[in-house]
Amino acid sequence: MDSTPHMPLFEVFIRSKRGLDHKHVGSLHAEDHQQALEYARDCYTRRSEGVSIWVVKSSDIVASQEEDAGEFFDPMDDKPYRHATHYRLPEEVDNM
Amino acid sequence: MHDTQALFDYTLGLADDSLVLGQRISEWCSHAPFLEEDVALANVALDYIGRARMFFGYAAELDGAGRDEDALAYLRDCRQYRNLLILELPRGDFAFSTARQFLVDAFQLPFLEALCASRDPQLAAIAGKAVKESRYHYRRSRDWILRLGDGTAESHRRLQSALEEIWGYTHEMFRAGAAEQGLVEAGIAPDRIALRSRWDALVTPVLEEATLTRPPDTWSVDGGRDGIHTEHLGHLLAELQFLQRSYPGLQW
Repeated sequence: MDSTPHMPLFEVFIRSKRGLDHKHVGSLHAEDHQQALEYARDCYTRRSEGVSIWVVKSSDIVASQEEDAGEFFDPMDDKPYRHATHYRLPEEVDNM
Repeated sequence: MHDTQALFDYTLGLADDSLVLGQRISEWCSHAPFLEEDVALANVALDYIGRARMFFGYAAELDGAGRDEDALAYLRDCRQYRNLLILELPRGDFAFSTARQFLVDAFQLPFLEALCASRDPQLAAIAGKAVKESRYHYRRSRDWILRLGDGTAESHRRLQSALEEIWGYTHEMFRAGAAEQGLVEAGIAPDRIALRSRWDALVTPVLEEATLTRPPDTWSVDGGRDGIHTEHLGHLLAELQFLQRSYPGLQW
């Protein structure tokens, strides 16, 4: 159908249980948010995968770029003191 | 009072309704306008086939002849099928299937709500499961009516002509034979005639909002409950029943 290329893409996020986070599960095409929500229900929750659905227009997502990885992420590699495991805990505190 | 035969016939009619529409919708599988709609339609088809299994299963329990659900579904011919005619009409174009689905969903919703209160616990339980599905079906088909009716000139034209083609078949949904009327009096079957105002309330405002014209009630066709069908049912059953007819007793 020739309308398909014009339908916007939506990203789908599903929360599988109360208390957990919404997780990205995939994407789909739809005319608008409402239809995207219904298709998400039909395409991604057929086997009781979810209790809540979010849909977001893919074009509304701002993503970091591969070429920025150096300045974005590498500086963290040599800062072990930012990890909780860097610190020695008192005996009384187990299982951090 | 009612007899088992009346309850069997009634349940079998509901089973045939579900199976025939489920089969018709399933014909869209891999033919829908786009992938997401394909999956969505297949879901609706499966809801109806699931519903058919529950009704056939119950009908098999009531059957004096001791047939099981497969024998009831696969080994009865056209004249023994009791489905409403509107459900057996060919799927047509997407507008036609959408128009049928909407008009049927708008009936199924109040019908199943009423069936939930049936004095027959088995029918009430089946309705309790199915009514949630129909609530979703109606929401979906209503959206499509608005989208196509108030969409492009072509989608409007196709949907309007589908409505006109199908309108005369809707009246059969509100008719009940003497045996069914007995079940209504026994508190087992919903009164179809009384459902018409609910149906109107679910249909007419949506058509208006979609800028469609409600066709006039100038003609009507029935006969499905008596086994008098259109020429289309035989073709549908030929496809549906082929395996059991050619390889009797075949199992998955």
